Amino acid sequence: MIEAAARYFRLHAQNLSGAVSRLLRYPLGSLLTVLVIAIALALPAGMRVFLANVGALSGSWEGAADFTVYLDDAVSEERARELASEIATRADVDQVEFINRADALEEFRSQSGFGEALDALEDNPLPHALVVRPGQTAVNAMETLAESLDALGETALVQLDTEWVARLRAMLELVERTVDIVSALVALAVVLVIGNTIRLEINNRSTEIEVMKLVGGSDGFIRRPFLYLGFCYGLAGALVAALLVAAALALLEAPVRALAELYASVYTLMGLGRRDTLVLLGGGAALGWAGAWIASARHLRAIEPT
Amino acid sequence: MIRFEDVYKRYPNGREALSGISFALERGEMAFLTGPSGAGKSTLLKLVALIERPTRGAVIVNSRNTAGVSRRRIPGFRRRIGVVFQDHKLLHDRSVFENVALPLVIAGFAPRETGRRVRAALDQVGLRGREQHEPITLSTGEQQRVGIARAVASRPDVVIADEPTGNLDPELSLEIMRLLERFNDVGVTLLIATHDLKLVEHLGHRTIRLVAGEISADGFAADGSAARRPATPDPTLTGRHGTRYRD
Repeated sequence: MIEAAARYFRLHAQNLSGAVSRLLRYPLGSLLTVLVIAIALALPAGMRVFLANVGALSGSWEGAADFTVYLDDAVSEERARELASEIATRADVDQVEFINRADALEEFRSQSGFGEALDALEDNPLPHALVVRPGQTAVNAMETLAESLDALGETALVQLDTEWVARLRAMLELVERTVDIVSALVALAVVLVIGNTIRLEINNRSTEIEVMKLVGGSDGFIRRPFLYLGFCYGLAGALVAALLVAAALALLEAPVRALAELYASVYTLMGLGRRDTLVLLGGGAALGWAGAWIASARHLRAIEPT
Repeated sequence: MIRFEDVYKRYPNGREALSGISFALERGEMAFLTGPSGAGKSTLLKLVALIERPTRGAVIVNSRNTAGVSRRRIPGFRRRIGVVFQDHKLLHDRSVFENVALPLVIAGFAPRETGRRVRAALDQVGLRGREQHEPITLSTGEQQRVGIARAVASRPDVVIADEPTGNLDPELSLEIMRLLERFNDVGVTLLIATHDLKLVEHLGHRTIRLVAGEISADGFAADGSAARRPATPDPTLTGRHGTRYRD
């Protein structure tokens, strides 16, 4: 039992080291294949990093998702201030700012350029308004708050100033779906590239395969070196892909910092992260194994001693 | 050890390579398979190693009917047969040691035991100390000896050889045949296909002669000077070292 296990691990260790030394024996050819795989894998990996960063950014913007509550014309300034302090006591509200209709008109007059047109009006057309900053930024919490503000009876209109955040989110979801599709296509491409590489390798080693079959090598024994070769191609490709993404981030870091400074903020780019790196490496290795499996299943059987 | 019972082999292209072959090779026996090119020598050996299957009839090797060996079980079946090729079929990207060790690694021997057996096999073929050489650096005769070492390394009961001296001059050919005889001396059953009739006569073992896919003669060479007793004496044998002819 122990001997069988020892034999099993010995064979696998031999196969692994054999695959590595085979990659190193033809460094240029191996490097080209690995680079093709790496660039293919870096594409979806990089897109995911981009998405993660944009998602984090939009998350921080959402913190500033304020409601503007326009009150009925009939509501007096006094009542409006009361309402402001009432709403401010709610658990799901962070703070409330009262905007006097006269101030609002002044601001509008100075900023819009419609000063003369406004002068033609007899009354101030603007109502008093409250700017409500929610305590929670989750979409459904904000919807609940909007509904209860709307139901107050003294409010004319509740407007979420940050609808564009929701639009951005929807767009991100679209991009995310696109990245999923790209990932699937890239996975297929990697399987095909590695499968083709293994097919060539099998053709190159047909004499060896024939001899191994003649001296009693089982299908599994003959196939395993090729599976390990595919595994190594995939893993090496994923490793280089992770490096490519890291290099791209390093190149982007300075311009991103400059851009953030223009907005008087600090933003640090997020990298792949430990979990995503592991997914990338594991995925690459699994794709390599799969490609080799398909190629060897198809082509090893064709080589028989004659 | 090897038994053919009314074996026919027809290839998909319609050529009938063997028709009605029957013979038996007992354990520890050594026999030559002769005949002109295309007589079916290689086909017969291929049936023994399960590279081909008979169209009709039974091929029994190591007490197993090859018809009952499924594709999946062929590797295990072949591990009990050593095969020597005319062109050696050595792997040129591996050392002599690795070539000889291949069947042992496949059979799952531990490294220590593998090393021991490889050295023993190389010692037997007179190539001790050449383990780390590349096969390409050896002479043709030496390469064939590596091929023989590989065939016997896992100590199979049966060794078949297809024109093992086809590429060698007479002197080296004799050397290779003497080497194979030595394995026969320790009990290995040997079936050797060759068209080197002079050498066959000189060595004087049982000879099965194939012509056009049929056995035209099965017995001992006329020149009995170097003939040995057969492993299982055949009562139908006539004379000192007489030749028995069928048909």
